[in-house]
Amino acid sequence: MTKLRASAIASYLMLVILALIYIYPFLLSLAGSVKTDADATNNPLSLLPQTWSFAAYERLFTQVPLPLWAMNSMIVAVIVTLGRVFLDSLAGYALSRLQFRGRNAVFAGLIAVMAVPNVVLLIPRFLMIKELGIYNTYAGMIIPLLVDAAGIFIMKQFFESIPVSIEEAARIDGAGIFRTFWRIVLPMARPALVTLFILSFQGSWNEFAHFIISRQSTDLNTLTTGVASLFSGQLGSGNQFPLKLAAAVLMTVPVAVLFFIFQRKIMSTTEGAEKG
Amino acid sequence: MAKGIRGGEASRGWLFISPALIIIGLFLVLPILLALWVSFSDWNGLGSPLSGNTSFVGTKNYEKLLVDPGLSQRDFGTSIRNNFYYVILVVPLQTALALFLAVQVNRRILKARGFFRTAFYFPSVTSSIAITGIFIFLFSASGAINALLGWLGINGPNWLADPSGVIHNFLKLFGVNSAPAPLAAAGPLGISWWEWLAGPSVAMCMLITLAIFTTSGTFMLIFLAGLQSIGSEIDEAALMDGTGPFRKFFSITLPMLKPTLFTVITLGLIGTWQLFDQIYLTGGGAPGKTLLTPAYLSYQTSFKGLNWGEGAAMAFLLFLLIVALTLLQRYVLRDRRKGDRLDKTMRREIATQAELAKGKSI
Repeated sequence: MTKLRASAIASYLMLVILALIYIYPFLLSLAGSVKTDADATNNPLSLLPQTWSFAAYERLFTQVPLPLWAMNSMIVAVIVTLGRVFLDSLAGYALSRLQFRGRNAVFAGLIAVMAVPNVVLLIPRFLMIKELGIYNTYAGMIIPLLVDAAGIFIMKQFFESIPVSIEEAARIDGAGIFRTFWRIVLPMARPALVTLFILSFQGSWNEFAHFIISRQSTDLNTLTTGVASLFSGQLGSGNQFPLKLAAAVLMTVPVAVLFFIFQRKIMSTTEGAEKG
Repeated sequence: MAKGIRGGEASRGWLFISPALIIIGLFLVLPILLALWVSFSDWNGLGSPLSGNTSFVGTKNYEKLLVDPGLSQRDFGTSIRNNFYYVILVVPLQTALALFLAVQVNRRILKARGFFRTAFYFPSVTSSIAITGIFIFLFSASGAINALLGWLGINGPNWLADPSGVIHNFLKLFGVNSAPAPLAAAGPLGISWWEWLAGPSVAMCMLITLAIFTTSGTFMLIFLAGLQSIGSEIDEAALMDGTGPFRKFFSITLPMLKPTLFTVITLGLIGTWQLFDQIYLTGGGAPGKTLLTPAYLSYQTSFKGLNWGEGAAMAFLLFLLIVALTLLQRYVLRDRRKGDRLDKTMRREIATQAELAKGKSI
């Protein structure tokens, strides 16, 4: 028994150390953001500032256009998320439930498209955005991201998992196709919609490369491209770690909040199966 | 089924799917065709590549990267070498760590499992820019990592400014400071064999650590789902037989996790070849071009160097490489779909694939 206990303690200890390694960088950034420049450089491991300084945050809101970046990020993320949730489910519904010629071909095409990695699309998308005259506009930043093949796939699979009888009943009662979809099917698809919502928001909020190639104007900087410009040293001398860390902390807040709200859902792979 | 219910389905079907088709066609299919044309042209970035000023140059751009000796070929070769070392170190390490974490937090008797899972997964949620920025801070010359190494009496390197390859550094310990004669000869893609064998640079080691740190949580969740689908009966059976934990893991759990393992490895292979954001943030390939990757080099060649044809050609070569790896993954996934039952594991995998595909390069 003591042997068991000892091994249990050892494995807890190891897990706690591991967890600390995963969490500590974030705590350090948080601490670093309220240190002075010299303090952040001289005491890189300390979680407590020698003197508390909120200068970094003050500068982010006065000398750096962080509020503008945040607004741009929010505009893009909200529109892209809404667009994806709506358009992906429309397409997923058509592919799973509506009979039309060419449906299988469309689905095969989508599967093929899913294989194209984003990084390969940078030059092609830039060329097209230029060609369409929407370079350096919200349209160029948002429209290419409005639909994603993987999201359509997730929705299609979900619709196929719910029984068709309820829809058929509604249709026999005379409800149109769109009305059935909107009133009956979508409410039932809530779990999948939430998954898509989380993936889309997180994806578009954290998106970087697409905003590098679809705009040039600093007025259209999102948090990712704006903070990246801070790191490539456009702010004068010194390493200015508190400022950069404060920016990194602030841009993480929305996805962190989303994560903690939906934590159960995100981790649900693990919980559901265990009850049985 | 009554015919009336099916009425109008064809037109509605097309109507429902058309927004998606238009956007995918306009911003994915057509752009690829346009870029394919550019990769066979001499377009210089001025005006439209479809205008009369741009002419067809055959496979010249591809030749510059693959056959013609010169700077283009050397840079491309260097980027392949850098990324190759990144891939062969990140993929096995992140897979092993993710599996280890999954097995640990899957234990029934473990208290505070939720806390541990959250801690390990959280880095996967943050943006590549924020987390890379944090790592630049941690790995700075007088940063946290070097302070820790200092406790151990090790004088840490100036990570991001150090272009020396770790294999070269290791050989130096034995007095091998330059290429032995057989290795000095030029190897593939205009790089000498000695350079090919440099290993990842010290700077690259930071990005390797970063990748393992940020992706192990994502893959931990995939493994957890896999572990759960194995079920607890086997555990109990093994316990009854008196099998030890190590034996149980290697002779029962691991073989049953094979499909999940394949998926994680292939997703890793695809993701690691797309290293871009981190390179952008750490100075575009610095130090000494040892952080150049094909993804970043293709961007740089086009957008900064205005050699659009060459940049596009590079993107397609990278595409071919990733498609080959994706086909491998498809093959593996198809195997799993046999039961035609989209369980949570599958959905999680698709979601992860989506996440990775969407440029959250790891």
